[in-house]
Amino acid sequence: MREDVIKAEKLTKVFNKSLVAVDHITFSVREGEIFGFLGPNGAGKTTTIKMLTTMLKPTEGTASVLGFDIVKHANEVRKVIGVVHQEYTADEDLTGYENIVLSADLYGIPRDITRKRALELLELVELTDFKDKRVETYSGGMRRRLELTCGLINRPKVLFLDEPTLGLDVQTRVAIWEYIRRLKKEYNMTIFMTTHYLEEADALCDRIAIIDHGKIIAIGSPGELKDRLGGDIITIAIRENTDVTDVIQGVENVKEVRREGNVYCVKAVKGDVTAPLIIEALRRRGYTVTRLSLTEPTLNEVYLEYTGRAFRDTEESRAEFMAKRLVLRRARR
Amino acid sequence: MDAANEYWPSFTRGLWALTRRELKKWLNDPVMIVMFVLQPFIWMGLLGKSMNISGLLSPDNVKLPPQIPIPDNAILYPPGLQGVILDGAALSQMIAEMGSKIMEGAFGVTDYFSFMAVGMISMVVVTATMFSGMSIVWDRRLGFLDKVISTPVSRAAIIFSKILNASLRAMFQATVVLALAYILGLKLSSTFTLLNLLGVCAAIFLLSIGLSSIFIAFSIRSTRMERPMQFVSLITMPLMFASNTFFPIKLMPNWMQAVVRVNPLTYLTDAIRQLTILPMDLTALITDFIYLGLFAAVLAAIGIALAWKHLTS
Ligand SMILES: Nc1ncnc2c1ncn2[C@@H]1O[C@H](COP(=O)(O)OP(=O)(O)OP(=O)(O)O)[C@@H](O)[C@H]1O
Ligand SMILES: [Mg+2]
Repeated sequence: MREDVIKAEKLTKVFNKSLVAVDHITFSVREGEIFGFLGPNGAGKTTTIKMLTTMLKPTEGTASVLGFDIVKHANEVRKVIGVVHQEYTADEDLTGYENIVLSADLYGIPRDITRKRALELLELVELTDFKDKRVETYSGGMRRRLELTCGLINRPKVLFLDEPTLGLDVQTRVAIWEYIRRLKKEYNMTIFMTTHYLEEADALCDRIAIIDHGKIIAIGSPGELKDRLGGDIITIAIRENTDVTDVIQGVENVKEVRREGNVYCVKAVKGDVTAPLIIEALRRRGYTVTRLSLTEPTLNEVYLEYTGRAFRDTEESRAEFMAKRLVLRRARR
Repeated sequence: MDAANEYWPSFTRGLWALTRRELKKWLNDPVMIVMFVLQPFIWMGLLGKSMNISGLLSPDNVKLPPQIPIPDNAILYPPGLQGVILDGAALSQMIAEMGSKIMEGAFGVTDYFSFMAVGMISMVVVTATMFSGMSIVWDRRLGFLDKVISTPVSRAAIIFSKILNASLRAMFQATVVLALAYILGLKLSSTFTLLNLLGVCAAIFLLSIGLSSIFIAFSIRSTRMERPMQFVSLITMPLMFASNTFFPIKLMPNWMQAVVRVNPLTYLTDAIRQLTILPMDLTALITDFIYLGLFAAVLAAIGIALAWKHLTS
């Protein structure tokens, strides 16, 4: 049976009595699912994670993780969750292995078990060869993977990932997706993650909540969200100059047809199934289809629909910004 | 994966894990350790040796001619000594002895260097503990604190690890400084035994607990380095100079004596002096320890309450 592992009700955080970072959000995450929070800079993703992981007390509202209230039973919650923070949290002066052991100590895991698990996890994220090197010498991707091992050392039932692939190159990002999928599959772990990469949310998440200005503006599986837009766009050209709008309109799943000369723009649910049906219907009436293309809506369009602005606009500058921030942090040492 | 985490971290386990991390970082950086020891070493060398107060009245300094006639216009009782000639060597000997007596009366020991070198140990304790506040700000800035508070480790262990770390460092550095001072000419009293060294460490431990608690309480809310640094520079000067670290209390104006008597550094310095260079006065020593103990207990309670409140909100 699938139960709600995380439940949030009217969860709210107000900073300095005026800045509403998270605004009465209500949602639940089911057991074994990967649930994604998608939203731009300052949307309130990290603040939500910090409340769910007991690091911040909510101003209003409640939430529970595996039945434990995040305020009243904070320590119970901490025990059963794993957290990978947005920022790097490992101690740069220690080696990767020492960092893992330190995390394990903070969870009170016996030493012999720690050793076994640490080696297993290091193997999983392919850091075995670097375990005795100081974290200072790690690349960004290695550091993220180390953070992941630290967050997994207590075998959490629920894993919180705050932008797990932030600032990583495409290859490393795909590798991390792979680890996340394996965790879900092999250990039936419930994963709550935030991201600002649309393709990441699309590829990885079972369900997504789009969050903006502290409010959830849409929630559902990537497919559902896209379908809610009205479906895929099928573009069809026919040889004849007759108006076939009615014929196409008659096909199942077709929602909207627009004609421009002998080219038709068709909005349809499940475009991949509907397109052959349209061809079939046209052919039966003696028309010849000369060209056909199918575009599925992307999350970008979903995002545009709900927030009124394109997601892409912010992304490049943001990646740069985060990269700079990391450099600054290092320079401050 | 088998069952989920069924373990609980004990307080001591968490405390030791966090303390060990800091000690490891510290030992990884020998240059820092050398600098920490070098600083009091230089102070001792420059201040302790240059302010050669005991030398003021020494025969080398008070150069008298071999024969000193008493001037004719001197008013002497009984009269009739006019024309007597004093022996310069004997007189400078007398003056030197007076100097020694003055030193002993004021400082308790005959050489200023010993007096001041012990004061230096107090300074080492202050500098070692002030890093506790800064390191908690570092941990916050570098994200490490985030990681720690999202684990079930006791919040008290987080704060105590900083305090313990500062105390261990202070004890280590103070011992090194004491050894250096000995090499540079510190005169140990006849009541000194190696066992007294344990007493020295205990006194340092108590003061470190109190001081690092203040520094932590002041820094825990801050995300910027400036605040603890400002606080440190504000507090260290008065702490050092309004105490018996460099100069004996007796000779200070009354209002200042009042300040000095509440300054915990005074009690640490006195305790260490009693244990090393002075003939041990047990009542004074016990008073020192009681004061230091109270200071540690009260400030640790306040500091931990404040820090706790912050870490759990
Ligand atoms: N400690 C804080 N004090 C005051 N304001 C804060 C604090 N933390 C976050 N905020 C504010 O709350 C809002 C939400 O921040 P949050 O970090 O949750 O956003 P986010 O969605 O994680 O953004 P990003 O994608 O940049 O990580 C922002 O406007 C931010 O400035
Ligand atoms: Mg964030």
